Amino acid sequence: MSLSRRELVLSLGATAAGAMVLSFGLRTQAAAGGGAALGNYVTLAPDGAVTLLARNPDMGQGAKSLLPMLIAEELDVDWDRVRVEFAPADAKRFESQYAGGSLATPDNWEPMRRVGAAARAVLVAAAATRLKVDPAILTTAHGRVIHAASGRSLAYGDLAAEAARLPLPDPKTLKLKDPKDFTILGRSHIGVDTPAILAGEPIFGIDMVLPGMRHAVYVKSPVYGAKLVSADLAAARSMPGVEQVFAVEGIAPPAGAQIGLAPGIAPGIAIVARNWWQANAARKALNAVWDDGFGAAHDSEVYDRRAAELLKTPGEVQRAKGDVDAALTSAHRRLEAVYEAPFLAHLTLEPQNCTVSPTAAGLEIWAPTQFPNDGRDAVAKTLGLPLEAVTVHMRRCGGGFGRRIMNDFMVEAAVIAHRAKVPVKLLWTRTDDIGHDYYRPGTYQRLTAGLDAAGRVTAYDTHAVSFSRDGKLVDGGEIDLDAAPGHLAESSRLRRSLIPTIASTGWLRAPASNALSFIHESFWDELAHAAGQDPIAFRLAHLRARLGTPVAPPTEEGEPQYDVRRMIPVLELVRQRSGWGTAPLPAGVGLGVAAYFSHRGYFAEVAKVRVAPSGDWKVEKVWVVGDVGGIILNPTTAHAQVEGAVTDGIGHMLTAIRFEKGRAAQANLNDLTLMRMSAAPEVDVHFHLTDNPPTGLGEPALPPVIPAVANAVFAACGARVRTLPMTAERIQAARADGVKAA
Amino acid sequence: MFKLTINQTAHAVDVPEDMPLLWVLRDEIGLKGTKFGCGVAQCGACTVLLDGQPIRSCVTPVGAVGAGRITTVEGLTATPAGRAVRAAWESVDVAQCGYCQAGQMLAATALITATPKPTDADIDQAMDGNFCRCATYKRIRAAIKTAAGVSPVDHRGDAA
Repeated sequence: MSLSRRELVLSLGATAAGAMVLSFGLRTQAAAGGGAALGNYVTLAPDGAVTLLARNPDMGQGAKSLLPMLIAEELDVDWDRVRVEFAPADAKRFESQYAGGSLATPDNWEPMRRVGAAARAVLVAAAATRLKVDPAILTTAHGRVIHAASGRSLAYGDLAAEAARLPLPDPKTLKLKDPKDFTILGRSHIGVDTPAILAGEPIFGIDMVLPGMRHAVYVKSPVYGAKLVSADLAAARSMPGVEQVFAVEGIAPPAGAQIGLAPGIAPGIAIVARNWWQANAARKALNAVWDDGFGAAHDSEVYDRRAAELLKTPGEVQRAKGDVDAALTSAHRRLEAVYEAPFLAHLTLEPQNCTVSPTAAGLEIWAPTQFPNDGRDAVAKTLGLPLEAVTVHMRRCGGGFGRRIMNDFMVEAAVIAHRAKVPVKLLWTRTDDIGHDYYRPGTYQRLTAGLDAAGRVTAYDTHAVSFSRDGKLVDGGEIDLDAAPGHLAESSRLRRSLIPTIASTGWLRAPASNALSFIHESFWDELAHAAGQDPIAFRLAHLRARLGTPVAPPTEEGEPQYDVRRMIPVLELVRQRSGWGTAPLPAGVGLGVAAYFSHRGYFAEVAKVRVAPSGDWKVEKVWVVGDVGGIILNPTTAHAQVEGAVTDGIGHMLTAIRFEKGRAAQANLNDLTLMRMSAAPEVDVHFHLTDNPPTGLGEPALPPVIPAVANAVFAACGARVRTLPMTAERIQAARADGVKAA
Repeated sequence: MFKLTINQTAHAVDVPEDMPLLWVLRDEIGLKGTKFGCGVAQCGACTVLLDGQPIRSCVTPVGAVGAGRITTVEGLTATPAGRAVRAAWESVDVAQCGYCQAGQMLAATALITATPKPTDADIDQAMDGNFCRCATYKRIRAAIKTAAGVSPVDHRGDAA
């Protein structure tokens, strides 16, 4: 193999319109390289080793394993011979690279299999030339091309160099496997990083080390965006191990955008030291004073009072179906309730961090990020560098949950390293992380519904209070989701009021749905009880009443819309699997149900909750039935995502972020109630397979568990808790209200 | 200068005595398996064993370690209990993001060393200080039982 090899560069992906695009390029690879690359994702070594690139980040959801599994399946290589590496952040070569929206599965299900099929096709073509046979009679298995008639076979590694000189086929001509022939997909495989995780190998963002690297903290005002008035930089500079201390004035993002999603950096002070402990210890010498008076009105108690006032106003109508007012007036029975969900923090266990090395050309960056290309772009624009001068490598994320959609930490690290002119690892403290999160925004909602004499919901009126920033609805503050059951009513209306806030906000796992499901599926449960009906029978009746209504077409972005035909079976199955209504439960124990469509997944869940006389509660078990299509691609990971989402969702019920005088009142984990081992339930997971393409699992199992638990608390003790977190005190108070009402 | 015995290897570090063991391990000795999560002993990501007992290295000054033997995740498999835990963590496929799992495995190793057949209540008590943000608790519990041989169950979902 002394000849120079040519590496074929394939760019394969979907255009905005969904059409497949294939482009070719040739580049020469040094002879010492040892392997041949087939397109962007596949590299074969002469000894048969296969290296596949994962284009998406991994924060525990398993994309680094699943995406290469899709390639390997069509390539016909043995999974245990595959080595996986992250692709570099390069939107030109890899198009969309992200973790979010439970979209990695639906967005890669076909494209990644076509990558594998294309690479397989050129290997077959190379073998056909070598063997002088028709490629159509050749088959592949276990990394070999096989000529069954003669019993001859050729290893991929032998064919790689020849195959790399061939043009890749038009992906539209590729025939993909029938799923019944899958040998990798549909079987459980542990994550490709799992052996390294269990051995404690340094694979996370925080573990990055570079020669000559220094450690940095970036001190910001606890009031988001406040400018620095004064600080004793010299005192911090004189602290042990400290090498550089400098103030960064801050660069505002474009109007209406948040730092982290756009170029810009919050004002702050960088401390660069020999080690991180010393950098962090030097903070206390700063005595920083911030111009933070503007934060005074940013206070949860102020928001609570303002929301109560706004809920007495008509609000702004967002949409309406039918004559809700008339239907409410003529209703046989009318119910009204106010629900509240608080601000929440993401709390990725690995605090935000990023490592940056200044290079001759610009900057080289290693980041645990969910959107590496957005971060690369934000760094380049903030520093006025050409995009090509910034290289971003993905590192494994110690949790994401939507926090690392924002790349504020990447820009901070880049600005610090650029100015310090040394390789720098920036690491936030937990207090930095809680105080500068992009919180799940809270919401307050007044729901009013009318029932007819037969117990049908004839009117459903929602007045939702959310938050605004710079006059716009905040990121993550969406209140208009068709999956909320109100759309099942004959008439419905959505009204909105906004409270201005200075809080940075964003998307927390199952954004919007994680609050809306609690609010609407709890109220739907109230309606079932008011109608004197079993909560599952009530839901099924309303879903079946919609069977004659055609499913809305997908949105312009291609997002499929709620199809009640897929929710009915999962609800029926969860009733059966949970033993709903079949046996009396002990005193203080109740079952609650909820069903929710989000992120293309249909989930119905039943929670069994025990409530003590003190109001302390524990979820003993959750039964989950989900429809995410016709195949579960990696069962162990799929089950893990559901188990985690359900348990995490219960964790959403335990805690809250409150603001005082412009800052988060919670500073560290001891200020928050966390989901821990003793509170974690048993989780029973069942996937109902349907004739639909597979969709993602990071999020859709989360929303229904919250109302299922709240409804089970009601079933257990008669306490209808309409405000989260679900504390023992709130249960006690609601139980007393329930007794009074009765 | 402090002399430390980490994973049966002697190390000498020239650091202030109040420097937490966590940062000595990570930034001075280069053992990155021990993780930083909160700095206030609330999450357990920094758990290491000191003479077999789980401690929070983020609040343990290096000067307080003395002659104790430290075990980090990199040295987990030196004992039969550690090997059993590591094998169970893999067979049960516990990890999601994986960031807390070094601390979880060390806490679990200490548990089954002291209590070879732990009950659910033992597991709750021993593991409540180790926060898993991905909420892999069901599998942590299953893996502890698998490692202890009290419930050799496959919890990976293949059968469902």
